[in-house]
Amino acid sequence: MTPAPAPAGSFTRTGFRRGARTALGLTLGLAPFGLVVGMAADAKGLSMLETLLMSALVFAGTSQLVALQLWSDPAPVLAATLACLVINLRLAPMGAALAPALDRLSGLRLWGTLAVLVDNSFALMVTEIRSGRRDAAFLLGASLAMWVVWMVTTLLGHAFGAAVRLPPGHPIFFASVAALMSILVPLWRGRSDVFPWCVAGLLALGAQGLGLGAPWPVLAGALGGAATGAALDRHRDRGRA
Amino acid sequence: MTLRWDVLAAILGMVAATFLCRAGGYAILRVTRPPPFIQAMLQHLPGAIFVAFLAPALAQGGWPAWVAGGSALLVQARLGRMVLSILTGVGVLWAIQALQW
Repeated sequence: MTPAPAPAGSFTRTGFRRGARTALGLTLGLAPFGLVVGMAADAKGLSMLETLLMSALVFAGTSQLVALQLWSDPAPVLAATLACLVINLRLAPMGAALAPALDRLSGLRLWGTLAVLVDNSFALMVTEIRSGRRDAAFLLGASLAMWVVWMVTTLLGHAFGAAVRLPPGHPIFFASVAALMSILVPLWRGRSDVFPWCVAGLLALGAQGLGLGAPWPVLAGALGGAATGAALDRHRDRGRA
Repeated sequence: MTLRWDVLAAILGMVAATFLCRAGGYAILRVTRPPPFIQAMLQHLPGAIFVAFLAPALAQGGWPAWVAGGSALLVQARLGRMVLSILTGVGVLWAIQALQW
């Protein structure tokens, strides 16, 4: 591997600001989730400091929520660690897919940017890469904007959760799903996506139907859908050759 | 403002596991040159991940979730504003639930 000197423009202040601004709209999808994590931590007896420390350093909502559901006294070190490992496995292929933006980075910029990677900022960065911009600071900016909202909403959830008591099926919690729906639009590249996306959805539903929990429906759908897309690409290239 | 040692240990375990996931996929890619098929897969992965995430979530919510999700999608495709899209999704689901009861 040859870590070439980073050319100008691959990690810029402008990119960082653009990333943060672009992510702002999506933070709306994150906010109710932060409230839930704050409430769950409060319900399990975590102090405000412990709750904020967890949200600040882990910064991965679903895995925090699952870990908190398993929480016991004393704290379940192994179970919480395993929950994060399994549920966040989906982030591993995301980092790999961001290679076009990350390849020129090294050291703290590279691993620091990866350390705060989340689903939503990943999607925004993929859209950036596809439109020809490879400024990884955009990713960092987007992730950190979400991090700030994540911290504020976790704090509010912990402080006021007991007073509000929203039922689990409340429409507010649909915000995270709606945010992912809106993310699908910029990720869409045209008709060649139809079949891989259908395969991804059906495999995920199938895995869920078999009673498999997180992260297996997501991983099965994501890998199966991506493999379908890659196979179709190859088929098309052969047809052309 | 207490910080218990067992809680801190659990949090640090969670942090280490999550960082391993976040950085691990790219770290492997950086040291090995993946075959062309894997590289093509990575191109298709982003859309597939989110579809695979959404399909079970919508299925669990039943038809109101599909309608609300579809409205969010439509608003994003037409207007390109994520805030509006998210508010529409939540609003439509809210309206459906209100009408049902």
